[in-house]
Amino acid sequence: MNIVVFLKMVPDVVEELEISSDEKSLDTEWLRMIISEPCEHALEQAILMKEAYGGRVTAIALESPEIDDVLYTALAKGADRAIKLPGDWSGISSPLEAQIYSTLVSEGIVGITDETLILTGSQAIDDLTGELGAYLAGMLDLPYIGVVTGVTVDTTSKQATVFKEFSGGLKGEFGVPLPAVLGIQAAEKPPRYVPVAKIRAMMKSIQYETRQVSPPAVSARFTAKKMFKREVTGRAEMLKGSPEEISNRIADILADRGLL
Amino acid sequence: MAGGILVVSEHLRLELADITFEMLGAGKKVADALGAPLYSVTIGENIAPLALSLGIADTVCVIDRPHLSMPSPDTIASLLKGFIEQKGISLTMIGGTNLSMGIGPLLSMKCQLPFINFCTALRVEEGTIVFTSQLFGGKILTDICLSDNRGIVSLYPGAFPPEGGRSERTAAHESVDIPVEESKIAFKRFIEPEAGDVDIARQDVLIAIGRGIQNQDNVKLAEELAEILGGVVCGSRPVIDQGWLPLSRQVGKSGKIVKPRLYLALGVSGAPEHIEGMQNSELIIPINTDPGAPIFGLAHFGVNEDIFDIVPPLIEAVKARKGDR
Amino acid sequence: MDPVEITFLGLPGPLLLWIVSLAALGVFTRRSFRLVNLLRRARGEDRFDRIARRLQLFVTDVLGQRRLFDEPIGIAHFLFFWGFVFYAGTFLWSLVRGLIPTLPIPYPDEIGFVSLFLEIFGILVLIGIAAAVIRRVFFPPAHLERTLDAYVILSLISILMVSFLLGKGFGIAAAETVGEEPSPVGNLLASVIGGNPAFSSSSKGLVSLMWWIHMVTVLGFMAYLPYSKHLHLLASPFNVFFGNLRPAGDLGAAGSGEAVVAGASRWDEFTWRQLLNGFSCAECGRCDRACPAVNSGYPLSPKMIVHNVKVHLLEAGLAAEPAVSSEGNGGRSLIGEMISENELWSCTTCLSCMERCPVRNEHIPLIVQMRRYLVSRGAMDGLLQDTLSHLTRYGNSFGKSERMRARWTEGLDFKIKDTRREPVEFLWFVGDYASYNPGLQEITRITARIFDRAGLDFGIAYDGERNSGNDVRRIGEEGLFDMLREKNLGTLGKAGYRSIVTTDPHTYNALRNEYSLNMDSGGGNAGNKNGGPSVLHCTQLFDRLIADGKLSFRKELGYTVTYHDPCYLGRYNGVYEEPRRVLRALGLLLVEMPRHHARSYCCGAGGGRIWMEDQPGIEERPSENRVREAASTCGVNILVASCPKDISMFRDAVKTTGLEDKIEVKDLAELVWEALDEPRKEG
Repeated sequence: MNIVVFLKMVPDVVEELEISSDEKSLDTEWLRMIISEPCEHALEQAILMKEAYGGRVTAIALESPEIDDVLYTALAKGADRAIKLPGDWSGISSPLEAQIYSTLVSEGIVGITDETLILTGSQAIDDLTGELGAYLAGMLDLPYIGVVTGVTVDTTSKQATVFKEFSGGLKGEFGVPLPAVLGIQAAEKPPRYVPVAKIRAMMKSIQYETRQVSPPAVSARFTAKKMFKREVTGRAEMLKGSPEEISNRIADILADRGLL
Repeated sequence: MAGGILVVSEHLRLELADITFEMLGAGKKVADALGAPLYSVTIGENIAPLALSLGIADTVCVIDRPHLSMPSPDTIASLLKGFIEQKGISLTMIGGTNLSMGIGPLLSMKCQLPFINFCTALRVEEGTIVFTSQLFGGKILTDICLSDNRGIVSLYPGAFPPEGGRSERTAAHESVDIPVEESKIAFKRFIEPEAGDVDIARQDVLIAIGRGIQNQDNVKLAEELAEILGGVVCGSRPVIDQGWLPLSRQVGKSGKIVKPRLYLALGVSGAPEHIEGMQNSELIIPINTDPGAPIFGLAHFGVNEDIFDIVPPLIEAVKARKGDR
Repeated sequence: MDPVEITFLGLPGPLLLWIVSLAALGVFTRRSFRLVNLLRRARGEDRFDRIARRLQLFVTDVLGQRRLFDEPIGIAHFLFFWGFVFYAGTFLWSLVRGLIPTLPIPYPDEIGFVSLFLEIFGILVLIGIAAAVIRRVFFPPAHLERTLDAYVILSLISILMVSFLLGKGFGIAAAETVGEEPSPVGNLLASVIGGNPAFSSSSKGLVSLMWWIHMVTVLGFMAYLPYSKHLHLLASPFNVFFGNLRPAGDLGAAGSGEAVVAGASRWDEFTWRQLLNGFSCAECGRCDRACPAVNSGYPLSPKMIVHNVKVHLLEAGLAAEPAVSSEGNGGRSLIGEMISENELWSCTTCLSCMERCPVRNEHIPLIVQMRRYLVSRGAMDGLLQDTLSHLTRYGNSFGKSERMRARWTEGLDFKIKDTRREPVEFLWFVGDYASYNPGLQEITRITARIFDRAGLDFGIAYDGERNSGNDVRRIGEEGLFDMLREKNLGTLGKAGYRSIVTTDPHTYNALRNEYSLNMDSGGGNAGNKNGGPSVLHCTQLFDRLIADGKLSFRKELGYTVTYHDPCYLGRYNGVYEEPRRVLRALGLLLVEMPRHHARSYCCGAGGGRIWMEDQPGIEERPSENRVREAASTCGVNILVASCPKDISMFRDAVKTTGLEDKIEVKDLAELVWEALDEPRKEG
């Protein structure tokens, strides 16, 4: 099997997010980037499938602060190949990102065969222009399903059985022929832990590849007028006092609403 | 803006989803403000009756065909492209749900139109629609405009009131004839969730537990409180992942969307996916030691204390109050 | 008469003795060599330094049997030990004389005072045996395992003593020299025998018989010894001699490098000293009795860990040829089949086991070595995994931004110096829990106010501080520990300070023992010039400030309190008196709990356990057990601790045990502040 995983970095919301002075983007002073959680699951799913079916896993990402750690971690988890695309890609939209990735295919750096599965995170928290996976599928003219939580492959018939999550725990089972693009919501197992020592050892032994790509032509799709922080409405009345006082107050509130 | 506004109705297993009405409400407001026609289209198999509830639109269309019971996003995008061209649609609204994942980008590519995701608010300023979308789990908002109001927008579930889209009115029906190729993706079957003992979406009172409950043994405390209040215990995703509650009790984007009269959240921090599942509850009271927990942002009342300090006296207080009658 | 001069099965006595001796010696030697070879094939460890100190340990712990006296039966063991030594000595003497009958030396019991000593010891040992048997049969303590091995050794020792004493009696009877030699038992027996014609005529033969029974028993025991748990007789003196001389809180002692980082899942991935534990263990169970995990019903038993490593070593190491892999060898896997992952994760690293062990076994390094293996395979629960990811990314276990580390200072009305910008006398290494845990931040602020009130020149490293890594290392994530230490050393290296003070004993332990700060650490650390420690715990600093008159109290607090010695402050690093002096200086009445000082009972948070999911079905957590102990200590209504994790655990435990009305948990700093200041008026 040939599994290609595209890893997206998103702003780390653990840090406080500030708007830059141009009011159109995030202030980068304290900004940290972290791998988009569904992409981490996509990588885990890829490794699980390599363990089940054999083959190779290639992890690809655009350059970003802290991307090196991500790529070495991918290699330490079991990816065979990691490719970094250098450049300043901050704020890039999903369709443009997909365009870059599809040039990797057209230039033969990433090969697509009837044993190829392309995985990426189903959705990222900065997907203002939509899901990367769907754009990629559209550009490569491959079938696409998002919100995937399970994949099995019949390597003889080159058919994948894909499980998609709806809501309320309901799922759907789909049959998808390879090659295909899947947006992974959750891997079949939680992403594995790789000890720091192993990642550091990776850094000394393997190198990831770098491939220069030319930035795609920017087409102004929509005008972002202004970016701003959500005001904390602060409408909550905070109850204070001793536990007894607070409990009585809550009981009062419930009684008032006819809930008791 | 020249053309009409299209709402793509969402339905699952022959039931219309709330998001459809949320979109219709928002679409109607915008259409009225711009003087544009509001269309709705329902795609599926044997779904014609559903269209009867969509009367708030000016025109209701149905694409009802045998192999469309669970169409792939690509199929829907192709159909919508045809619809947009045939009916002269400027703005297309789709739901930001699991069901619709992928439609926006694929449609955007086919029609060469921009796609806006995560939209939580709309307003019209001098003939231009201003879309407000949320990013990074809701911490940041951004205002966006489309050139000539032409494009595709995905509405964030729960951001708009569904009441705005309900109407007794009967709309005009138009037929639509769009050819579509058979998809490579085949839908096989539904996989039902574990048979839950209760349907949390039908409860009036929910006691939600999060990581703050710390371990399985303490779930009993929440159950005691739930029992005395005539409610049921539900939980955020981490709690279900740990196995402290079954999947049927999960509240959130991947779980159930609930709107109880009372949502008492114990040790729940309020990740965006969870908030999406309960934000329209009538009375939200979180108890959490972390004053910065996001859930306080949509609470009506809040308690910044340890749940183990509050819940036992609360149980007593409720018992006393009930005993008074 | 010469007891060796007999004829049996047509062979002369001495020849028979040679045959039996060589056979026994052969069996013994072969087995011992095989065992030693196993040790040689394991990983290396340098325990060959500081010979003088090692000899000293040997004298106190082996010859002095020091650690055995914690339990009354230890007296009996002391007797057994010395009795054995003495009898072994005289046995060898007898053996040489018996093998070479022409040697012009007497038998040992032919020399008056030697014989007397043997008799006295013989009686004492028999009394000891009797006590041991009565205890074992009629009043067995709960932990006692009544194994066959135990009865075997008790019987063997009895046989040795009885055969000697009877032999003495028969000898005197045969020579008809009752009362002539200093042999109270011998004389007594002889007079009884002498009066019995059946015995008196065959006395000579019986003397010989007793001698042969004695010799053959010892030879047989010698051959049996390396196959039984009594191998501890041979191995434990070496175990003690090669014991750990470095601080117990330094887990880097066994070396570093890839081999160690990957941990051990097979016998040859441990060091020879770690494997020696198994041979030295007499299975006395002191470790289990002291262990909080055992007490609470966790699957862990330190004794079984040592035992299972030994059994695995023998199974896999002695099987066929050099074991290539532990799978498919017919041998069971050490981790998985013999020791479960749950057991390994249950350890809080409190050191109670090692503190008690009479033969100086090192249980914790064994467990940590196996944890390292689990970590290398990512085999841990989700909560622990998340915590390690947070530590890697944010340098703290809470998953909060590094920039939030010093937010707790916002409640102060003065600014604390930033050690990244200016030099200070005391660099205060605050620690994760004290910085990030909302329930504990007030205590941290109080500590800051105390320092300020005392006019201390102190500062913190703000965002430059990271988790010290103490518990990360005990989890087995050696690579992450390295990374955290590197970052912290970087911050410390650039700062100017004389001493470091910390509020968290875990931090204290790491900085003191695992950071090599007293060696070349650069950056103006002049702490050692005056010979004082350059790393202090805040209780030590309070003590010093009080002694120097920098903190004077407005009033005496008249409470009756008890003090919990944190594991990493007390047992690990010997800081017991300073906190107590502080408590007394505050005018508090200190009542010790039954388990105090080195016997203090762990709160259960250490070893990374506070980052792990709780195991279901635990009846009583260690912290609950401890607060019950505090609450039932006469007159006490405040439990004082000086570790943020202790405070957190005990406060929770007071709630879950419903003891809120009986006992309050306070940090030492809170009491110091109360005595310095007006009582805080809380809203």
